[in-house]
Amino acid sequence: MTAVESEPAETPEQPLSAPLDIGFDYTRSVGPVLGRFMAALAQRRILGVRGSDGRVHVPPVEYDPGTAEALDELVDVAGEGTVVSWSWIADPLAGQPVQRPFAWALVRLDGADTALLHAVDTGGDPTSVHTGQRVRVRWADEPVGHIRDIAYFVPVADPPADAAPTAPAPPAAATGADDDTTTVDTVVTPVQLSYTHSASPEESRYLRALADGRMLAQRCPGCDKVYIPPRGACPTCGVPTTDEVDLPDTGIVTTFCIVNVPFLGQRIAPPYVGAYILLDGADIPFLHLVLGCEASEVRMGMRVRAAWKPREEWSTTLENIAHFEPTGEADAPYASYAHHL
Amino acid sequence: MAEQRTAVLGTGQTHHRSKRTDVSMPGLLREAVDRAMADADVAWSDIDAVVVGKAPDLFEGVMMPELFLADALGANGKPLLRVHTAGSVGGSTALVAASLVRSGVHRRVLTVAFEKQSESNAMWALSIRVPFTMPVGAGAGGYFAPHVRSYLRRSGAPEHVGAIVAAKDRRNGALNPYAHLRQSEITVDSVQASQMLWDPIRYDETCPSSDGACAMVIGDEQAGDDAPDPAWIHATAMRTEPTTFAGRDQVSPRAGRDAATALWHQAGITDPLSQVDAAEIYVPFSWFEPMWLENLGFAADGEGWKLTEAGETALGGRLPVNPSGGVLSSNPIGASGMLRFSEAAKQVMGRAGEHQVDGARTALGHAYGGGSQYFSMWLVGSGKPA
Ligand SMILES: [Zn+2]
Repeated sequence: MTAVESEPAETPEQPLSAPLDIGFDYTRSVGPVLGRFMAALAQRRILGVRGSDGRVHVPPVEYDPGTAEALDELVDVAGEGTVVSWSWIADPLAGQPVQRPFAWALVRLDGADTALLHAVDTGGDPTSVHTGQRVRVRWADEPVGHIRDIAYFVPVADPPADAAPTAPAPPAAATGADDDTTTVDTVVTPVQLSYTHSASPEESRYLRALADGRMLAQRCPGCDKVYIPPRGACPTCGVPTTDEVDLPDTGIVTTFCIVNVPFLGQRIAPPYVGAYILLDGADIPFLHLVLGCEASEVRMGMRVRAAWKPREEWSTTLENIAHFEPTGEADAPYASYAHHL
Repeated sequence: MAEQRTAVLGTGQTHHRSKRTDVSMPGLLREAVDRAMADADVAWSDIDAVVVGKAPDLFEGVMMPELFLADALGANGKPLLRVHTAGSVGGSTALVAASLVRSGVHRRVLTVAFEKQSESNAMWALSIRVPFTMPVGAGAGGYFAPHVRSYLRRSGAPEHVGAIVAAKDRRNGALNPYAHLRQSEITVDSVQASQMLWDPIRYDETCPSSDGACAMVIGDEQAGDDAPDPAWIHATAMRTEPTTFAGRDQVSPRAGRDAATALWHQAGITDPLSQVDAAEIYVPFSWFEPMWLENLGFAADGEGWKLTEAGETALGGRLPVNPSGGVLSSNPIGASGMLRFSEAAKQVMGRAGEHQVDGARTALGHAYGGGSQYFSMWLVGSGKPA
């Protein structure tokens, strides 16, 4: 097959996208073996574990990689060792241990049989790191019982003149006592993810219509079902959907839940009614909020209409509708929506 | 190669608690694995492959557990697979392991599923607010409560039936030394007096958040013949459907009905209520007991609650459901499905201890996940399948 250069198709309207940033401070209970390793780091000592074959693993492993036996014989190793292999990081990322150009290196500490992955700082000089190089630990000023108590390694022969800029210290670990030995029980591992969330072309058209105060749906040419938001393809027929339909902003509540429970990240203060709203002319409901009456008065089959925010606040989001509220009309008969439950 | 007869050789599980900070994730898994291997009387050299399952990655912030856990699972140098199907994953993980034996590829497979809910916050993970949408999501309870309301409307079930399920499962949990919640004093009245969280679902009708793991060793016919009390696998089924489409039955999804039909057909079961002795059904919110009794074909549409109300699903009833205490007593999400499957196996092996159903010879294990879009189930028996 031959690659053919072609002009990009006309795209008068790019699909919409928006940032989606999520983060959580996960807690990690580290167990008895890594717990003792981390407690030793707080005392500026490095421990390995002796495997079933006598080899010493650093960092320690809880189970032997060969026999799967539980391991518990911890032994001290040196704070000095040899670079086994390395890779240069010219542009460190936020949160990496050294905040100037550095090497990620596999360092085999004296007394260990396996290599530990950590940072080597050479003052930013990529020519000053090599395989076989002797390096030693530079400890953090205030160790807390975390792998980052080893701030980084530096060459033994020619260490950089100044201390490397480092990322903020990790959160302190939760400690416990195991017989007479202090152990680390739990460490905190913050994780942040930053996505760009893109809407499909069909959803983007629906969102742009919302910015004009319109409810834009699509009808499937195969089964005639009307989908809002439109999907671009019918989930049951599998065919592309191209016929656009404007729907009114009135409909019914098919079913609902009264949310009384507060939780992390909640955007609406409880109690509130999360309801499936089936717009007149649609064949699938979507979730929205119902206000304008007591939560206890919301009913299956209740007629509702959209309560729009002031026009100047509209943008490309379903949040242009602040909530749905009762119209006061008679409830829809159960048989008219039973197949939407 | 012809299809091989397949059996559960042994099962193991952890003590489930809200926080198991005494162990790492590998340590948690090994607690279950070591018990399953001892129960099956096998050594690491007997295990040909390992299949692991866990809940979605955001739930505990661990990606690629198959790399992280290989040492602890004795999997170095062996095939190691990870299975994903949201909350049903424990069930589908067991079925993938069983299929590796049934197909004749392996003789003995270790399977394990786990969750450390305490290391994260599942409610948060299930309520991530996606751009352009209305932020009304409220975790699993918020998702399922409207469908429970639809069931109530459709079936006309009296309001106290949900509380009957919750009180029964929690009292059963008190008979199970591994259960997270062991509430021998709970009553229908006390459940009904508990706080309404996601109306119509009350606090006591809701599963707990647990740390825990479950493991099984599954073997071929020869291994089953050599085991003292194997649980023979008589039938397995998995089905999936989209979370939303026009006209979807959210109360009794077609994927669940189709899977059950296939399961009964495969096992030669014509009257499930009479021919099955015990059922471990995935019931994270109490009303799902009557809903799944109907979806699985134990009762006609709209009639499942009558079995519950009549006490037929309690220990001593026609079909004891969740004698172990079920998901309402222990919910390490990633492991919850496998706990249903292994508790069904324990019943027919005669190893269920105080929650043993007398004379159980045929038992169902069931799991579902996502927005009721994944279903997995197996039927196990004390006798070898025909
Ligand atoms: Zn269609």
